[in-house]
Amino acid sequence: MIIAERKPVDEIKGFIEGKKKVLVVGCRGCVTVCNAGGTKEVGILASLLRLDAQKDGRDLTVDEHTLERQCDPEYIDELVELVEKKYDAILSMACSVGPQFLARRYPKEKIYPSLNTCFIGGALAHGIWAEHCQACGNCIIHNFGGMCPISRCSKSLLNGPCGGSAGGVCEISKEVECIWHLIATKVMEENRLDEFAPIQPIKDWSSSRDGGPRKIVREELVK
Amino acid sequence: MSEEFEPRIIAFCCQYCAYSAADMAGSMRLQYPCNVEIVLIPCTGRFDVILALKAFESGADGVYVAGCLEGNCHFLDGNIRAKKRVAYLRKELESIGVEPDRLAMYNLSASQGPRFAEIVKEFSDIVTGLGPSPMRKKLAA
Ligand code: SF4
Ligand code: SF4
Repeated sequence: MIIAERKPVDEIKGFIEGKKKVLVVGCRGCVTVCNAGGTKEVGILASLLRLDAQKDGRDLTVDEHTLERQCDPEYIDELVELVEKKYDAILSMACSVGPQFLARRYPKEKIYPSLNTCFIGGALAHGIWAEHCQACGNCIIHNFGGMCPISRCSKSLLNGPCGGSAGGVCEISKEVECIWHLIATKVMEENRLDEFAPIQPIKDWSSSRDGGPRKIVREELVK
Repeated sequence: MSEEFEPRIIAFCCQYCAYSAADMAGSMRLQYPCNVEIVLIPCTGRFDVILALKAFESGADGVYVAGCLEGNCHFLDGNIRAKKRVAYLRKELESIGVEPDRLAMYNLSASQGPRFAEIVKEFSDIVTGLGPSPMRKKLAA
């Protein structure tokens, strides 16, 4: 899923400075699962903003609404009636696709991203998420014991570790595991080191971001 | 002004420990400040930050969560989870300029009626020292 994190309250307060009526919009997709922008987090942010205004004696209305998803036009459409209530600012708590879809559908509204979209990853444990994919557009993890060296090696190396790998830890930080250490350990344990001999050719990055913004068109699905 | 100020305090108390301790304090006829409103929760693991936020929005001057002693939670780690949530919300309160000490976590066992009374007094004193909640002052104005 897409892993995101709420922006600091201060930054969000800056978005709504001088505004009187604000709508916070959550998303029931990835950001609900990673506890960043679901109904609960919408409630917390809205409450913090209300308390902040109450504290300063400012007049501020903060309404809350959570959509099924913010990356599909049909759900964005559901906001029509609320948007007609004329908000001074709409804070999207989806990944950054959401505020872009909102801004396109409601061009007159002031839409702000309340989350920072961080990476594609998974939960290692409740409350801990780690990057696992960089959407290179041509998955090759089967060549690496089922691990992605593109997103999980700090240098995206495809032919073995760099000289900085020490004790299973990456040279950039003691907090970062060296994925090449894990790949090599796994392959050696499985006695498959010979499969590893061929040099990985230079990767064609045109399917990744290097080829420009990407789009998929599935003719059989398009109406 | 602060002489007259009686803080409004909401206490989220776990039924197995803090709430029973409150009961005991009552049957022991112990004196403690009457400005605390106790909310019974099945375990402090049920405590959610939104509950405290709503209490503050409604004009509470202070909120505390009281659960079993660490290691003695009826549901193993409800009180540890609550402690982390309290720590998290204290930071969020600070980020909007509210004194984090308006929110606290306490641990006690069911047999500690006197400690319950002490906690109410202790927290009530802290909040009295902080003065009325900045959120409440403006509500009333
Ligand atoms: S190889 Fe590419 S598609 Fe596969 S996990 Fe890594 S970045 Fe993602
Ligand atoms: S130490 Fe390991 S993870 Fe870090 S850059 Fe080198 S090979 Fe990649």
